[in-house]
Amino acid sequence: MSTTDFAIRTRGLTKVFGRQAAVGGIDLAVPRGTVFGFLGPNGSGKTTTIRMLLGLATATSGEIDLLDGEMPRDARAVLPRVGALVEGPAIYPFLSGRANLRRFDAADRHTSPSTRTARVDAALERVGLGHAANKRAHAYSLGMKQRLGIANALLAPRDLLILDEPTNGLDPQGTREVRHLIRSLSDDGTTIFVSSHLLAEVEQMCSMIAVMSAGRLVAQGTLDELRDEGTARVRITTPDPLEARRVLLGLGLAPEVHGRDDVVTAQLSVPGLLPETVNTALVRAEVRVRGFEASGASLEDRFVALTGEGFDVAG
Amino acid sequence: MPAESVSTRPSRSGGSLGLTLVLSEITVLFRRLRTWAMIGALALIPILIAVVVRVSSDTSGSGRGPAFLNSITQNGLFVSLTALTVAIPLFLPLTIGVVAGDTIAGEANLGTLRYLLVAPAGRIRLLLVKYAGAALFCFVATLTVVVTGAIIGALLFPVGPVTLLSGDTVGIGGYFVRLLLLALYVTVSLLGLSAIGLFISTLTTIPVGAMAATAALAAVAQILGALPQLEWLHPWLFTNYWLGFADLLREPIVWTSFADNALLQLGYIAVFGALAYGRFSTRDVLS
Repeated sequence: MSTTDFAIRTRGLTKVFGRQAAVGGIDLAVPRGTVFGFLGPNGSGKTTTIRMLLGLATATSGEIDLLDGEMPRDARAVLPRVGALVEGPAIYPFLSGRANLRRFDAADRHTSPSTRTARVDAALERVGLGHAANKRAHAYSLGMKQRLGIANALLAPRDLLILDEPTNGLDPQGTREVRHLIRSLSDDGTTIFVSSHLLAEVEQMCSMIAVMSAGRLVAQGTLDELRDEGTARVRITTPDPLEARRVLLGLGLAPEVHGRDDVVTAQLSVPGLLPETVNTALVRAEVRVRGFEASGASLEDRFVALTGEGFDVAG
Repeated sequence: MPAESVSTRPSRSGGSLGLTLVLSEITVLFRRLRTWAMIGALALIPILIAVVVRVSSDTSGSGRGPAFLNSITQNGLFVSLTALTVAIPLFLPLTIGVVAGDTIAGEANLGTLRYLLVAPAGRIRLLLVKYAGAALFCFVATLTVVVTGAIIGALLFPVGPVTLLSGDTVGIGGYFVRLLLLALYVTVSLLGLSAIGLFISTLTTIPVGAMAATAALAAVAQILGALPQLEWLHPWLFTNYWLGFADLLREPIVWTSFADNALLQLGYIAVFGALAYGRFSTRDVLS
């Protein structure tokens, strides 16, 4: 694919704060027309990356292509075509929701004042805030502020939407609405780049993902590609663990015997080897099988394997 | 959230000077309760002065108190002048400090700065728009003192032709022209401070800090200006001509101090405008 086939493309993008690399040389490639998930635990460098994409922060090194331009050099030409929600919504609390959107719309010199009212109202309707448009924004709930932030990204037709944690603070119904919205925008041809720390959310919305961990891009590809990279396991409960081990060795696997529980486990590391083949081989060898369990690699296993387990925020 | 798409495409005409953003800035500034509280407080100064002078029967005119105070009982039009003299050293710089200090730091603090920049507002354009808003506030604030003073003076005291400092007398119409010139003079006087506030505002994401620093600088400059030992420094202080509006009250008008003041303020605008640009154009917006 040539560069114009990508809505976002970075090469060696790096951001160093003091002596710490918040983003350490990432090569993102977001094809046009995709719903692209940008996944990673809190503090893994997602928002810093997004700030650099949008020209809010200067990259320490590396290049950024955004749509048909280079950031930050072509910001004036490119950014009007990009809608963004960055690190949560921001509002003027003393203005109404509608006045907030008018303010942000006026900041873009390319937007037409004559269509402003219509576009602001359409964006408010689209996120379900039509009834609260004239309410002062400081009275908005967290979820309403989030909706206002999304509406701001939709003020004009965009070629690319960059949404940082779009479902933050939304109730389950709001989350579902955002998913529908993203799908319908994607159907219109908009490229959507969604960051999230929630795997389930990304799995439901996105066709491609990239995974960040501690400032590095540890995986990138379609969901299926990522799933395939993980390997399935078999877990056999048997009174003949040594026999079972011999059979598995014969299949080219590296079984582990957990003697006390009469359990043998093995990664299905041989390409094309299916769990049922393993089972047949065990039966043929007259190994008495009490329990047989095959677990496919879930995306969650893969995510945890890539980003590490536990609650520690990457420092 | 219905799924129909927004059908109105924005015109990509470009080339506009972005007057809509200036209008938006003014709207946002004057929709804030805080702005009106400050304007209200400024309006209270002439009212307070006029009422106190009216109520106290002491007409001894000992010569103490702010300039023009003793002329008020003879002519209510002097209330504006007295109030300006009182407001210039402290109250006006304080309100300018709040507005100018809030320009960038306030948006950064709300987080709205990132959405203005992503829109994209353009960093230079945003600085210019913010400065224009602060400059307009300087004029509105000054005009508030002058107009309120004229009204309350006319209500509480006799009003008539005014004797100028040169001994000439002008009618009420001529006096109002002078007052308008005076308001312009004071507005110009405050433009340097506004530029300083704009620069300080680009340094922080805490608006209160920028406001306090700006107001404090106005105080420091006036203290330095009061020290005779630092006379060599005085022509360079942005506060140097703040009270030098007397020349506008002569016949014919002597424009020297107006021109000197304007030149000095322009210098401050150039220096601190450049500093603000240098800082803001490369700053990472992380709030």
